[in-house]
Amino acid sequence: MRSTVPLLVKLLAIAGFGILYIPVIMMMIYSFNRSKLVSVWAGFSTKWYKELWYDDVLLTALYKSLLIGFSSATISTIFGLLIAIAFVRFANFKGRLFLSLVASAPLVMPEAVTGLSMLLLFIAMEVSFGWPSGRGVDTIMIAHATFGMCFAAVVIQTRLRDMDKSLEEAARDLGGRQPFVFLSIILPLILPSIIAAWLLSFTLSFDDLVIASFVSGPGSSTLPIVIFSKIRLGVSPEINAIATLMILAISALIMIGSFLVLRRDGKK
Amino acid sequence: MHSFLQKFGRLLVIWLPLGWLSIFFMLPLVEMVNVSLSEAKRAVPPYNPAFQIGKDGISFQPVVDNYLLIYEYWEDYLWPAVNSVRLAFFSTLYCLLFAYPMAWWIARSNKSLQHILLVLILMPFWTSSLLRMYALIGLLNPNGVINDFLIWAGITVTPIQMMQTDFSIYSGMILTYLPLMILPLYASLVRLDNSVLEAAADLGAKNWDIFRTIILPLSMPGVIAGCLLVFIPAVGEFVIPALLGGPEQLMLGKVIWTEFFRNRDWPVAAAIAIILIAIIIIPIVYARYQDKENIN
Amino acid sequence: MTPFIRIQNISKKFGELLAVDDVSFTLERGELFSLLGPSGCGKTTLLRMLAGFEKPSEGYIEIDGQDMANVDPADRPVNIMFQSYALFPHMSVSNNIAYGLKRALLPSDEIKARVEELLRLVDLSGMGARKPSTLSGGQRQRVALARALARRPKLLLLDEPLAALDKKLRTETQFELVNIQEQLGTTFIVVTHDQEEAMTLSTRIGVMDNGKLVQTATPNEIYEKPETRFVADFVGDISFLEATVIERTGKYWLMESATLIHATGSSTLTPGMKVSLAIRPEKITLTLQPTGYLNEFPVEIEDWAFYGAGTQYKVIGPDGIKLKVYQSHNQPSQANPRQLETGFVHFSPDATIILEG
Repeated sequence: MRSTVPLLVKLLAIAGFGILYIPVIMMMIYSFNRSKLVSVWAGFSTKWYKELWYDDVLLTALYKSLLIGFSSATISTIFGLLIAIAFVRFANFKGRLFLSLVASAPLVMPEAVTGLSMLLLFIAMEVSFGWPSGRGVDTIMIAHATFGMCFAAVVIQTRLRDMDKSLEEAARDLGGRQPFVFLSIILPLILPSIIAAWLLSFTLSFDDLVIASFVSGPGSSTLPIVIFSKIRLGVSPEINAIATLMILAISALIMIGSFLVLRRDGKK
Repeated sequence: MHSFLQKFGRLLVIWLPLGWLSIFFMLPLVEMVNVSLSEAKRAVPPYNPAFQIGKDGISFQPVVDNYLLIYEYWEDYLWPAVNSVRLAFFSTLYCLLFAYPMAWWIARSNKSLQHILLVLILMPFWTSSLLRMYALIGLLNPNGVINDFLIWAGITVTPIQMMQTDFSIYSGMILTYLPLMILPLYASLVRLDNSVLEAAADLGAKNWDIFRTIILPLSMPGVIAGCLLVFIPAVGEFVIPALLGGPEQLMLGKVIWTEFFRNRDWPVAAAIAIILIAIIIIPIVYARYQDKENIN
Repeated sequence: MTPFIRIQNISKKFGELLAVDDVSFTLERGELFSLLGPSGCGKTTLLRMLAGFEKPSEGYIEIDGQDMANVDPADRPVNIMFQSYALFPHMSVSNNIAYGLKRALLPSDEIKARVEELLRLVDLSGMGARKPSTLSGGQRQRVALARALARRPKLLLLDEPLAALDKKLRTETQFELVNIQEQLGTTFIVVTHDQEEAMTLSTRIGVMDNGKLVQTATPNEIYEKPETRFVADFVGDISFLEATVIERTGKYWLMESATLIHATGSSTLTPGMKVSLAIRPEKITLTLQPTGYLNEFPVEIEDWAFYGAGTQYKVIGPDGIKLKVYQSHNQPSQANPRQLETGFVHFSPDATIILEG
């Protein structure tokens, strides 16, 4: 049975992988095309990368995205950890149903809805309390942290649930108390999932277009916002260049990450 | 400090995230209902909130104009709603068509290959979907890679119109959502006991029979989870129809965007968002129901 | 007359590993045959080749005159009862049993009747609507059996059928299996590592070691007349004595070991030959005083274990010979084991099994 994966299945599977990768690979190849037009290959060139270097708007946006990504990912991870703990380690508590609803809805809510609703809240808050004054990096960060923590919670929850409980029980048997036991035993054990959760939240924040568009203000354009308006204006090979860089960077991170995970699992 | 944590630690753990999400997720939705019932006006912000706490106290002046407008111009609004469901539905189907063989192949591979394939699946997921759509444009454009190749190979003389069609939408959806469909399918299929499949073969079942009577039913939870994971966000997609779709592929996400950014009609945008939520609330509730079933 | 089942020169190679090495045997219709051997001996691979899940590297399999080469598992007149039962978790007991019949495209009322019949056969009437997860281990096994018998296979393969059951259930199930097999007259092949299981169930046993079929015989012959040291040691308890042949005197062979041994043996022995003598523990008698019987020598009692129906002793004789002695508790002159330190053992020349090399 193992040997007979039907041919049709194999073909469809390979086609699926192709769909996932071919567009991106082509784009990366063309980032080195001297010509602006895709239809003409005018030779290998890194000029678009050079142009990238001098594009202030793009670079500022990159900086903003990184800043927002780092801060929102950190908040997401912390709160996501709290949510995971609440679900896995606390038996029934008041508000459990509500928390589970409110922590899972952002996962599937369309971004336009989340973005618009958060903007409306910020405006209402501004009118009523005076904060936040205008939209900017802080509002984007809050928005990203909000949906980020739900994703982080899912990632951490799985690992927390599958964790070997006997280690914790041994610690408590030897006299350890909460929260010390949690910090010294459990946290290190689930650390890979916490890192994964941070990376996931960071990626989601860094790549977000729709929500950021709604809750950003003048001067707080993120990288996706800038890229999107550039795309709207027409195909620009500069975008190929930055796309290639981003994809290579993220892929490198992932490969290092999974290599580390594989090594750790292999050692067990 | 220690005893403080002992006593209140539990409450903190629950209420910190609960509080945050209540304020920054639930409250916005409430405010959106509020705005959807508000009157538009030329101001900043461009509406008069139905419910507001102002210096003079609380006032509540709901207005259903926005919903009436949508009702009046229902062709402009109902049609994108139906279209969104239609496009999301078929996108889910096509995703399933490709995802199932991929998930099966991965689930039946040996451990180390499984790891590698899973990483390969997840890598595109981590790269910006915006950029992936951009890459797709480069492929599908009239002067894009595919048309270039077809003309060069002599298969066609004039470029085939692939952008701004249902096809480009489906391509974009598959490119974006395929990993999301594969993961729950894989989780389901990897639990399948090989000896159960051999037993079926031993009892006279051919490949197609085994799939139909054993594999498919047993992987159904994964199929449903994957379909919901794709369909629900797909209905409200914005980037894909914005970059790859034409007027025939108008979806609600784009309508909200347009009402908001172009027409500056925030209340109507809010109303449409409420309608969008109404559309997806049924699948969401069904998904939660499924989750409970699975945990049991 | 052609045998009902013929396995001829079957070998299976996995890369460099020869899992099954030139195995040949035949079965008559209605036999209950066991493939017995330790893990890794190739018995499971052989089973899978019979079912059609592995292709032999060499040799052929013939069932009722039909060559099984290139025949899919689905098309063979063979069915398996899996060790893990492999019941379909999403189907009821009835639907599990009916599965093979539905694949055979039988009319639905015939299927219904047959399922009822099978439920009665395995004593699960009325349980048809239950799901496998709600059944006990023993019940699940009976469903697996009924399901495997549904298509009236010419050959039924059972993979370690009693392994997952607790001791009491095992004994009951043993009898049930034999009953069913005799009732139906189906040919069974049981694969097991448990020699007790093999001996109680089978009409014949094939012992496998390292891919080779070492001896095929009835349980009695396997026990009393093992042909190799491996078989002697694998089945039941046994003691070995190394000896050198001296000469033949009258009925017996004289052999030199720590003491002089009289043994009944075949005439293919030659003086000076080195042999291993194997003796079953129940064939050795332990006494306090010498009795004067043949093959007697003094021993020190090293250890003993109480088995209810008897006691097993570990004794050491001259030259460090180690013997296992089993004394059943039906002999009036039984000394209290606690007080025994030394004694005498003797065994009949007929009780010796002569193994070469």
